[in-house]
Amino acid sequence: MLEKAFVGGRKYWIWMGCLLVVMGAGFLSWLYQFSEGLGVTGMSRDISWGVYIANFTFLVGVAAAAVMVVIPYYIHHYKAFGRITILAEFLGVAAVTMCLLFIIVDLGNPFRALNVLLHPTPKSILFWDMVVLNGYLFLNIFIGWNVLMAERKGSPTPGWIKPFIYLSIPWAISIHTVTAFLYAGLPGRHFWLTAIMAARFLSSAFAAGPAMLILFCLILRKTTKFDAGNQQIRTLSGIVAYAMILNVFFFLLECFTAFYSGIPGHQHTIVYLFAGLHGHTGLVPWMWTSAFFWVVSLVLLIVPVTRRSDDVLAVACVAVFIGCYIDKGVGLVIGGFIPNPLEHITEYVATVPEILITLGVWATGFFILSALYKVALTVKEEVEAEA
Amino acid sequence: MGVNRRKFLKIAGISTLGAAAVPAADALAMNPIEWLDKQLGGFTPSEILLHMGHKPTGLKPREALTAKRWAMVVNVRQLDEEIAEACRETCHKIHNVPDIKNPKHEIKWIWAEHYEHALPGQHHEHIDDVLKEAPFLVMCNHCYDPACVRVCPTKATFKREHDGIVLMDMHRCIGCRFCMAACPFGARNFNWKDPRLFLKEEDQNPEFPTRMKGVVEKCNFCAERLAKGQIPACVEVAQELCKKKGREPALVFGDLEDPDSEVRQVLRRHHSLRRKPELGTNPNVYYIV
Repeated sequence: MLEKAFVGGRKYWIWMGCLLVVMGAGFLSWLYQFSEGLGVTGMSRDISWGVYIANFTFLVGVAAAAVMVVIPYYIHHYKAFGRITILAEFLGVAAVTMCLLFIIVDLGNPFRALNVLLHPTPKSILFWDMVVLNGYLFLNIFIGWNVLMAERKGSPTPGWIKPFIYLSIPWAISIHTVTAFLYAGLPGRHFWLTAIMAARFLSSAFAAGPAMLILFCLILRKTTKFDAGNQQIRTLSGIVAYAMILNVFFFLLECFTAFYSGIPGHQHTIVYLFAGLHGHTGLVPWMWTSAFFWVVSLVLLIVPVTRRSDDVLAVACVAVFIGCYIDKGVGLVIGGFIPNPLEHITEYVATVPEILITLGVWATGFFILSALYKVALTVKEEVEAEA
Repeated sequence: MGVNRRKFLKIAGISTLGAAAVPAADALAMNPIEWLDKQLGGFTPSEILLHMGHKPTGLKPREALTAKRWAMVVNVRQLDEEIAEACRETCHKIHNVPDIKNPKHEIKWIWAEHYEHALPGQHHEHIDDVLKEAPFLVMCNHCYDPACVRVCPTKATFKREHDGIVLMDMHRCIGCRFCMAACPFGARNFNWKDPRLFLKEEDQNPEFPTRMKGVVEKCNFCAERLAKGQIPACVEVAQELCKKKGREPALVFGDLEDPDSEVRQVLRRHHSLRRKPELGTNPNVYYIV
């Protein structure tokens, strides 16, 4: 089936070629980082995680979001989603691959990464994150591939794959919960030390992931013969709307606790992010951009007329994506380090090599996603042509 | 207490080997205890006998300082800039800590902070002016329940069970920096660049390893000195300088589980604070203000 990824028109090859160029630039930058050390990034003693871990965190959410299509289809027998489950699962594959790559490029000693297996340490949440992410990657490849194979042969989805599908549902929740636990279990980082962290992660994931899926469906409708279907897009937009409302609600809950309690530690990061702290305002424009996109997306998603227009929905989904990306990537990860444990403030700005490596990983993800979508859509086209 | 035990073992050793050793030592015009100690490489005679005359490499030489739970007390009122700087300089020199000027990449094992940064939340604007400017020496707290150890995915950082020191295996560290996010005291450093580029060959201490880029490091309570029977370098330097200045020792080191140890005596005499006790990591560094 994979051979279908190697057959495509001019546009397909130009697109894949462009991605390869970005991947190449990212790889060269990584070689530079590897030889010089992580000092070539904007990270520091105080901000010891940067855009790599931020992107990792965001993409775990995107990966988990496949479950928002799998649950309605397999649990509630919402047949319409049968058309797009494969898109969600393959998005999961690409997203988890990016997550793993972001971890690798963030390591000071990437060639020692297997020490995590050589010296398994169940007390460390990172150990479990490795377990759940790799498991999820396997599950999505395995399920997606087998379901697609069955579709190609015109046979029903084999029964033995069902347990794996049901397993993939809690597994999807687990990848984002465990990723939230990376942060929420650390003493002394007030901004992260919150029981609602996993819930926030899941809500933003279930907003941003399906929003990406809607965008892909709309793009595929324009660029290929594949039409995900209006009903599918309508249902997805409803899911995004609910998740986005929850996401903003959870954030406001954090603000209430921090400011009504009056506990300084709980407020510092939020104040830093939205107003600046002791004259340090590096992330303020970012956060207000994020807030602006949150509000725009909420309005466009809640008002039925705007939500039901494909063009406006596309804008809303881009707004969700940008809003959540900045909030979770920039705000949550970088913000959590400010102020530092000694209440000094160091700010963070990503460097050029760091951004190139980040783009390279994204390009790799899109490369994998494009190849997988190419396979899936070709199979679907062939099946429809035969029918 | 360590000295008493040591002396006892040495005397016991002499008796075991018999009186013949004493004249031999006299012939060499050495203190017999020193002579015997030299012959036995710091091990007790029974340990030597148990290993058929070979020096038991797996055992710890008797000269090592041991404790159940090492702890340090920082008496801030006895500190001044000069002492604090001497502690920092000595520590960094003997541990081959690179001198990186860029604060984003710097490595520091011990350094001075102001009250409000060392003990945030326990500071207020009306404290004694002396304390406002006083150098609070901070370092790894060698917590009894260290968050860094809990989060490390490879056990590259671990708590040594017999004496509570939190150590690093620099050969195992993958450089994920989870421990840096977990440490509530900012005690951990990552080698953002090759540290050897910032260490002059002639300034290096050949007895302590240098590090490579991409690993995390921090204060080790001078575990390598304790093994040779020496107290931590910062404590030694601070005590020398304090003696010269006619002050009480600014840094005290000892076994927290020994009621007669110097740290316990000092903690009995003075009210003391620990950094962020509410987080439950149980620091083993105490501050007297």
